[in-house]
Amino acid sequence: MTPSRAVEAFARRHRYHPFEALPWLAAVASYFVFPDYLALGAQILATILFAMSADLVLGYAGIVTLGHAAFFGTGAYTAGILAANGWGEPISGLLAGATAAAFLGFLSGLVVLRTTGLALLMQTLVVATLVAEAANKASFITGGDDGLQGMEVWPIFGWFRFDLFGHTSYAYCLAVLFLCWLAARQIVHSPFGRSLTGIRENVRRMHAIGAPVALRRLVIYTISAALAGVSGALIAETTQFVSLSFLSLERSGTVLIMLIIGGVGRLYGAFIGVPLYMVAQNRFSEIDPVYWYFWIGLLMVLVVVFARGGVLGLFDRFRR
Amino acid sequence: MVLYLISVGLSVTMGLMGFVNLAHGVFAMAGGYVVTSLMSRWGMPFVPALLAAAVAVSLASIPIERVLYRRLYGGEELDQVLLTMGLVFMSVAGATYIWGPLQQPLQPPAWLSGAVDLGIRSFPAYRSFLILCGAALVTALWLGIERTRFGARVRASVDNLRMAQSVGIDTSRLFMTTFALGSGLAGLGGGLGADLLAINPSYALQNLAYFLIVVAVGGLGSIRGPFVAALLLGISDSGFKYLLPEFGAFFIYALTMAILLWRPRGLFGRA
Amino acid sequence: MNTPALETRGVYKSFDALTVANAIDFRLERGARHALIGPNGAGKTTFVELVTGGLQPSAGQIHLDGADITGLPQAARVKRGLVRTFQITALFRRLSVLENVTLAVCERQGVGGGLFRPAGHHRAAIEEAHTLLEQLGLEDESVRPVNMLAYGRQRLIEIAVSLALSPKVLLLDEPAAGVPSSESGTIIEVIERLPSDIAVLIIEHDMDLVFRLAQRITVLVQGSILVEGPREAIAADPEVRRVYLGERDPG
Repeated sequence: MTPSRAVEAFARRHRYHPFEALPWLAAVASYFVFPDYLALGAQILATILFAMSADLVLGYAGIVTLGHAAFFGTGAYTAGILAANGWGEPISGLLAGATAAAFLGFLSGLVVLRTTGLALLMQTLVVATLVAEAANKASFITGGDDGLQGMEVWPIFGWFRFDLFGHTSYAYCLAVLFLCWLAARQIVHSPFGRSLTGIRENVRRMHAIGAPVALRRLVIYTISAALAGVSGALIAETTQFVSLSFLSLERSGTVLIMLIIGGVGRLYGAFIGVPLYMVAQNRFSEIDPVYWYFWIGLLMVLVVVFARGGVLGLFDRFRR
Repeated sequence: MVLYLISVGLSVTMGLMGFVNLAHGVFAMAGGYVVTSLMSRWGMPFVPALLAAAVAVSLASIPIERVLYRRLYGGEELDQVLLTMGLVFMSVAGATYIWGPLQQPLQPPAWLSGAVDLGIRSFPAYRSFLILCGAALVTALWLGIERTRFGARVRASVDNLRMAQSVGIDTSRLFMTTFALGSGLAGLGGGLGADLLAINPSYALQNLAYFLIVVAVGGLGSIRGPFVAALLLGISDSGFKYLLPEFGAFFIYALTMAILLWRPRGLFGRA
Repeated sequence: MNTPALETRGVYKSFDALTVANAIDFRLERGARHALIGPNGAGKTTFVELVTGGLQPSAGQIHLDGADITGLPQAARVKRGLVRTFQITALFRRLSVLENVTLAVCERQGVGGGLFRPAGHHRAAIEEAHTLLEQLGLEDESVRPVNMLAYGRQRLIEIAVSLALSPKVLLLDEPAAGVPSSESGTIIEVIERLPSDIAVLIIEHDMDLVFRLAQRITVLVQGSILVEGPREAIAADPEVRRVYLGERDPG
């Protein structure tokens, strides 16, 4: 490659590729093609955001966490509690959820990110368990085991009411997801984002080039927490209900599964893994919930052993 | 104390093989199921059932280790987390299929029910037995690890895997044996503690956090660590629940967090 | 202009009962070509770790260009111009050569943490990285991932990355280690062509390399400095010969 071409290629890598329009076209098309499933569709979109936020820490910064649901649930409960106590404006609810989750992410990140590997994994688990237990005990605000009752979410911009069929929910979730995706994409292609890949690939080397590694990890952890909080708030607002399961280990584990199915560290893994998982779960749980557990477990084992990169990884292999 | 029995195997596995084994609870659960089934369907007495369970689980764990776990040694944590999570899910489904969704009750033998009067106070016999077992186990393990050649090899490998290999220690067989031992202990613990930690299909999931916390606080790769941690957590738990019952388990987790803040690698973990 | 580029005063490091660095007083002059040699286990790499911030000394001070950097973390020292390479190549293996070097350039320029403009917009950084690769003869491989290159080329990239950081003091930890002799020639040439205003300290085992590249030599044995002096004096020193008696050149 001649010199200028190498530089050119690098300089142009962040430009938008036609393929990237596909998920959005599919999402918009689904609105018209599957009018009976819009409520589920809204859930899927919000969960894609959750998985994408996890991908930022997991796939890009290499921080393996079993406690991401803590941020999801914090965002959900914040928006929920506001809506149940008189303030049902949805967009400010989202922002409040994001802020609360970011705050938690920042504080827990200060503690948790001082280690790596197994110790880090355990600490994320402990934090999440702490938050879940706190929510359980504070049942006078959170509703405890019964879940948060009495949420009343106002129409968006005073005009678009949340209806039973999910029309508003779907469009709302799609718009929020799009905006957050733009932000995430920007981050991933920025020097900061590239340095995260460096941190994941070789931390020693990052220190040796003068990068403030701890700071960068904390920043991405906080951003990821904020996005997870937004996704939690979205689900809270569109279903008008929050329960303790939003903070559970199972929720943290499930988002990892969805991400690994789609492919970690490529930003789009979430867009593939989440719909696959949730649609399959929707089908199978109706048929036989027990077997759902079995097959998803088996799938995870098979994916890890044979298809480490998830669906996107398989695509790569075919291309070569 | 039950937590110790189950968790010590996990501590060694995670410390030695650097392998995040979230499915450890599955072995404990299997042990519990074997014990309860043997006792209720075949009328086997308690202690033989326990031993049978430990051996059965230990043997069963070997093929799993060879076929699945072995591929991921030294690999990324995420892969290990997902693989073992997958196994946990499969175990939930499997257990429900074989034994149904309900809890399996354990009838402790007559000589364990009631209380033991030691003159000063009387202690519930079952729990005392558990503590005795825990203490006996920690001693046996400690002696085994510190005094035998096998133990020396394990310690060498935990300290420095590559050195151990270059000295000629067959680490893959060592891993297999240690894993089988840890799983067998888990099975034993599951059976012993079936009264305290109920045996039901979601066992591995429900109690995962506890096992991980005991190991995290105790320190990976240590024998004494989980013992101290289990003891500490057990006492604090009772203490907190006595003093401040409204807060329930919250303080335990806060205490765990505090300990991990102070010693990120656990109380006895190696830096 | 008597301030050395790098100086350690009484640096001491022990792990429990084991002393790995014992009262090391070391000076690296500006523009120096200095080598640090010693038998295996002498503590050479430990010394590098102490100087660059990977390890904290139990006692003593480290000065860079006259300023005390003993308490600074590694990244801060790099920002001040104290750069090292690793004995075992430490690069971003799955990233391209160009990207490896560009990351370093961006950090040096202070834009490494930028969130708002895409990396591709930082053309100046990318082009600087590319120019550096050209100077080292690596431009043909700039788009290939590092893990697909021969080991000798990877060692060169190590050096390229360190140069991208505009070092004032450059610590090369066994730059030719593990490199077949057919490829080590390029590495040696690159080191010889390093700008004269950079102070260079080479850790090496290969005596031929040492005598070719260094003007001053420090000999480290079991954590203490045995002797230090100009190349010719060290070559003739009987103590040094004794220490290396039986030592085979591993290269």
